[in-house]
Amino acid sequence: MVNIKIPDNPQYQALTLTLKTLKRKRGPTIEALHRAQEIFGYIPEEAMYLISKELGVPVSTIYGIVTFYHFFRTESIAKYLVNICQGTACHVKGADKILRIVSDELGIKVGETTPDNLFTLSTARCFGCCGLAPVMIVNEDIYGNLTEEKAVEVLREYKKKEENN
Amino acid sequence: MAKKNTILICNGAACISSGEERIKEKLINKLSEKNLTEEVDIIETGCMGPCQFGPLMIVYPEGSFYIKLNEDKIARIVEEHLLKGRPVKEFTWATPESRRIGEEKKQLPFFEKQFKIVLSNCGRIDPDSIEEYIGTGGYEALGKVINEMTPEQVIDEIYKSGLRGRGGAGFPTGLKWKFAREASGNEKYVICNGDEGDPGAFMDRSICEGDPHAVIEGMEIAGYAIGANQGYIYIRAEYPLAVKRLQNSIQQAKKYGLLGKNIFGSSFNFDIEIRMGAGAFVCGEETALIASVEGKRGMPRPRPPFPANHGLWDKPTIINNVETLANIRHIIIKGSNWFNSIGTEKSKGTKVFALSGKVNNTGLVEVPMGITIKELIFNIGGGIPNNKKFKAVQIGGPSGGCIPENSIDVPVDYESLTNLGVIMGSGGLIVLDEDNCMVNMAKFFLDFTVDESCGQCIPCRAGLRQMYNILNRITRGKGELEDIDRLEKLSNIIKKTSLCGLGQTAPNPILTTLKTFRDEYIEHIVEKKCRAHVCRFEDAEVKDKDEKILKVS
Ligand SMILES: Cc1cc2nc3c(=O)[nH]c(=O)nc-3n(C[C@H](O)[C@H](O)[C@H](O)COP(=O)(O)O)c2cc1C
Ligand code: FES
Repeated sequence: MVNIKIPDNPQYQALTLTLKTLKRKRGPTIEALHRAQEIFGYIPEEAMYLISKELGVPVSTIYGIVTFYHFFRTESIAKYLVNICQGTACHVKGADKILRIVSDELGIKVGETTPDNLFTLSTARCFGCCGLAPVMIVNEDIYGNLTEEKAVEVLREYKKKEENN
Repeated sequence: MAKKNTILICNGAACISSGEERIKEKLINKLSEKNLTEEVDIIETGCMGPCQFGPLMIVYPEGSFYIKLNEDKIARIVEEHLLKGRPVKEFTWATPESRRIGEEKKQLPFFEKQFKIVLSNCGRIDPDSIEEYIGTGGYEALGKVINEMTPEQVIDEIYKSGLRGRGGAGFPTGLKWKFAREASGNEKYVICNGDEGDPGAFMDRSICEGDPHAVIEGMEIAGYAIGANQGYIYIRAEYPLAVKRLQNSIQQAKKYGLLGKNIFGSSFNFDIEIRMGAGAFVCGEETALIASVEGKRGMPRPRPPFPANHGLWDKPTIINNVETLANIRHIIIKGSNWFNSIGTEKSKGTKVFALSGKVNNTGLVEVPMGITIKELIFNIGGGIPNNKKFKAVQIGGPSGGCIPENSIDVPVDYESLTNLGVIMGSGGLIVLDEDNCMVNMAKFFLDFTVDESCGQCIPCRAGLRQMYNILNRITRGKGELEDIDRLEKLSNIIKKTSLCGLGQTAPNPILTTLKTFRDEYIEHIVEKKCRAHVCRFEDAEVKDKDEKILKVS
């Protein structure tokens, strides 16, 4: 096995602790990855090694799972994750236009993070609030019935909030 | 002391995002300001249906249905309605007729044609309270099967009811249970499919959030019937609220002795665990779902063997959709004859649909099988906004297809839809108007299925990609007429030779649009024109999904 050093900090200690209980369950790998992503905001390589070690699953298998499922991220994200729905209901109501203007406003493409590390831009396939299409979610907050102007306004609010801090 | 008014506030996902929390806070503050706290009961419920008009609340006993609430409206409602007993008519959703009649809600076209079985509790009870669920007859069905029925009788009752799976394929539920019951081995499993990966669908989410105990009770009855002691709910990670409510319900049910060991003091044990998905559409397919519950990559496998014999950890397993399971308790209590009397000859009961897209009343509706698409869109849905012209409705998601205007009189039942080349699917209905381009829609769905293909079988992995590339060329004005033949040829090969349901159904959106909107395809190719003004022909660079893959000839 590659010699990878697992950092000794509260986050990894928390993950180790969770893994000890998860180990008793059947088929716990995906759940372990969910916990890891909750802790770190994404799944760092070291976490994959730790999970591999604790659960006795080859790290290649873990990597295979992480890359199979869209929900898991292998890159860290900025303070605000801007998620724009590209599901069917949102698509027919012009979600592509929302994505384009948000991308312009932030100056980044999907998957990228702004240089000030404030925003990461991402897309999703349906949040299940299609009645409000088109929809954008920033961290936990949902913005529905968007227009291009409204989307930009929302982002500027976030920016303003940060400037005032 | 009986309270003077009861207020139901919708706490469904859409209303939460339209600011339900703020409204509730304002209401509570305003009530205490006016010393009314003791006289008004506030209950937060699951989705009430008309999501377009959120935040929503209903004030009883008058039944005033307040829509599009904001803080100012709340202040007036408290002062006028709750303090002085005069409903604020201009804030309610009502037609002139319904205003005359006491209970407004019943008279609205949106509700009038609906028939609620599965959604009967959604929007009426607090989903976080097991007491309220029990108050509506909850867990009576479980008690009945354990105390009065043999597993065979339960299966027979469900079979006779005519209930068919609501997750897409419409397989008779009783039969599925029978196979699992008869399978050898004493370790068996029940899985609830709450993956709902089809974009534009939010029925299962709303059921799990609005009436979680009904799903749990359905699973327990299924477990009793097939002889399983363990169930899993597989639910999308994108639905954190549903996960939370289900978790809470599981704990409550355990505390009441309605889940866990010796349920109702009998020898029947049943436990439920929640497993979260991680955003892969193919995991809605039952064999892929099993792999995912096992903690692996969600790769489907050929069937047979069917999960009823070789399922989770290779043990006999049934997989049922959320809505299917939520029907069970009603059938047990009211009987198969009652259920059988609703719907059409071969499709019994009701179906929940999620209406979205270009329609006035978006939201969640439940209708008897056999209602027409037209009634769904024009009566319940209130028609198309902004005086635009209806074009088609997309049903069944990426595995489904489009129903054009000349077919909207077709009744909603499994067979009629299959005859149109579409499927019932899980219940997403996305309305398209003249501003939507059908070729673009076809491309949109292929983009989705290409991304979601698990990559095991070649027709799906490579074939869909080719189809996407062709459609991409057409939407950029670089298509040729032969492309249409190529699309049809590829569609047929992929349908016949793919390993799982994903590939077998992925060409449906293309085939159904080619059938009715062929002229739009030709227009794009020959005239380089998109009548909906969606496709752009000026920026001529055409990027294929993956340049490295060989072109079809
Ligand atoms: C690609 C694909 C995706 C599916 N997605 C779902 C889904 O999200 N939810 C669901 O209940 N069934 C889904 N199904 C159908 C399931 O495989 C299965 O038939 C269903 O859960 C059985 O339950 P039922 O008999 O109660 O309908 C999907 C099937 C395929 C092929
Ligand atoms: S399609 Fe965007 S929320 Fe469902």
